[in-house]
Amino acid sequence: MNRAPILSVDGLRVAFRSRGRQVTALRDVDFSIEAGRTLALVGESGSGKSVTSLALLGLLPPNGKVTGGRATYRSRNGATLDLAGLPAKQFRKVRGREIAMIFQEPMSSLNPLFSIGEQIGEMLKLHEDLDAAARRRRVVEMLELVEIPAAASRLDDYPHELSGGMRQRVMIALALVCAPQLLIADEPTTALDVTVQAQILDLMRRLQREMGMSILFITHDMGVVAEMADDVAVMYAGAIVEEAGVEALFARPAHPYTRGLLASIPRPDRPEGERLKAIPGAVPPLTALPPGCAFAPRCPHALPACDQPVALEAVLPAHRAACIRASEVMADA
Amino acid sequence: MPEPLTTEATEAARALRAEAALLSIRGLSKRYHAPRGTVHAVENVSLDIPRGSITGLVGESGSGKTTLGRTLLRLVEPSAGSIRFAGEELTSLSDRQMTAMRRRMQIIFQDPVSSLNPRLKVKHIVAEGLRAHGIGSGSERRERVAALLEEVGLSPDQMTRYPHEFSGGQRQRIGIARALALEPEFIVADESVSALDVSIQAQVLNLLLDIRAKRDLTMLFIAHDLSVVDYLCDRIAVMYLGKIVETGPARRLVRHPAHPYTRALLSAVPQPDPLASRDREVLEGSIPSPLDPPSGCVFRTRCPRALPGCATEFPPPVAAGDGHIAHCINL
Repeated sequence: MNRAPILSVDGLRVAFRSRGRQVTALRDVDFSIEAGRTLALVGESGSGKSVTSLALLGLLPPNGKVTGGRATYRSRNGATLDLAGLPAKQFRKVRGREIAMIFQEPMSSLNPLFSIGEQIGEMLKLHEDLDAAARRRRVVEMLELVEIPAAASRLDDYPHELSGGMRQRVMIALALVCAPQLLIADEPTTALDVTVQAQILDLMRRLQREMGMSILFITHDMGVVAEMADDVAVMYAGAIVEEAGVEALFARPAHPYTRGLLASIPRPDRPEGERLKAIPGAVPPLTALPPGCAFAPRCPHALPACDQPVALEAVLPAHRAACIRASEVMADA
Repeated sequence: MPEPLTTEATEAARALRAEAALLSIRGLSKRYHAPRGTVHAVENVSLDIPRGSITGLVGESGSGKTTLGRTLLRLVEPSAGSIRFAGEELTSLSDRQMTAMRRRMQIIFQDPVSSLNPRLKVKHIVAEGLRAHGIGSGSERRERVAALLEEVGLSPDQMTRYPHEFSGGQRQRIGIARALALEPEFIVADESVSALDVSIQAQVLNLLLDIRAKRDLTMLFIAHDLSVVDYLCDRIAVMYLGKIVETGPARRLVRHPAHPYTRALLSAVPQPDPLASRDREVLEGSIPSPLDPPSGCVFRTRCPRALPGCATEFPPPVAAGDGHIAHCINL
């Protein structure tokens, strides 16, 4: 656990301008990813998990901007970069080569007008000095690595000629062709059927073993978290509410939201006839967050003191939660 | 697993179950003619939905589950086969008779945004069916809407609002209230919780269980998520490439799946437990095109246990006891 982090995010704040008002989408987000490990960033719609990934890649939409905090990234040559304040021009050297990304919908990231061979070749051209024949060999190797059958004969295929699972494999090949240190995967299997999802998750685990990259895995699915993550950060309404190793988080959640999320999932091993414990109410809009803990209005453990700001603090070594009753919640699990 | 019964015994058991079923389909097919050939969306499917049950219909994209659900209500016209609902053959009803029949059969869609008219107030959306069938006076309908909103966990004074003023979970509740307005005997719920966040999904699943407990209601719940279906349903039917490959009591089917496809589907679902075993049967490839389904068993091209005999005909039903049936020659 004492390896140096490849990325540490510290008090990251992002705001959007919307109809003349400033809306805070991320409120002091803190987490770090150690080299070679997978951190799952988990949350429901509107929690800010995708905004976090866009901010780290310098891809926020024009009406959004980083308003505070740091995101310290240790690059391959040992230099450190602050992604939270990096100029657009420098981001172009980071994306693809140092940090790569895959998204839920591969069609939105693949260009429909170019063959898959051309697109992966273009990424190599941008970042590496290879002649055309060497580039072609690397592209075929990458397609083989992501288990595309008869890879050499697929170079001229266009994205629409591939199934959803094959497109996601091409996306992964495109992301990993320059051997990035960090892969940001935003709901990469959410649009896929479960049998295809199982193939892609297996593939990602194998590639991580072989290539040694770190992964920031963004998902809403606690099953996928359990399967992929070493560490987990849970987001709610623009803030991290809990961060822990995956086994600790599932065995003894310390934040009432994490606990509620886990109790909402239908499990095959539940006793016959037992009802799901749904979390009452809905996530508040970012424009109308309650003072203090954003989860308090839905929380069965809430106290009057929960209207005061609460920080992410250690409950145990390597287990942090933003809840004044975290120790009690954890003991009760 | 008990000794498989003979096919004749299976057919006899089926005839018995059909009597207890509110809805029975036999040999139902839906084919679409496309420029490149015929799409076999649903092919020669038989299923009984017992009165008062929630039957789950599970499958991945391209399995034909949505087409089957719509064909049952004749929102899509079947190409062949029979649909018996409460003793009446739906396929021989005229359009007018079918419209009257729809009072008794309703559908809830996946997407609560696109299935609710954004320009109508909630009271008009929920009362739509009552008005169309000329039921009640204005004030009676209003009372009915208030009671329905309360039943689905919304407040009656929200009836003058528009759909965009509600969250995704609340919109799905409005869709449920609309489906219940005519007091139907049968509801098709098509991926009705798939678009919802898990904490909200749990609320809606519990609501559906409460409604079923209170009303005399039979439901076909179409979903791709096996854990959700396992939680909600009494029986499950598993579809693959236009065919039902296995049906049975929910708990039994999930704990002792018989068909190789059901086994693979179940083992592919990521379990919310980091200590769970990762031994799984990962299927190769993806679902073949319904333009050109494999001969014989439609699953044989991806089946880890396929035999040469699997190519000859779609396997007849094999009973595993307790109304559990699988179509596989290799059980």
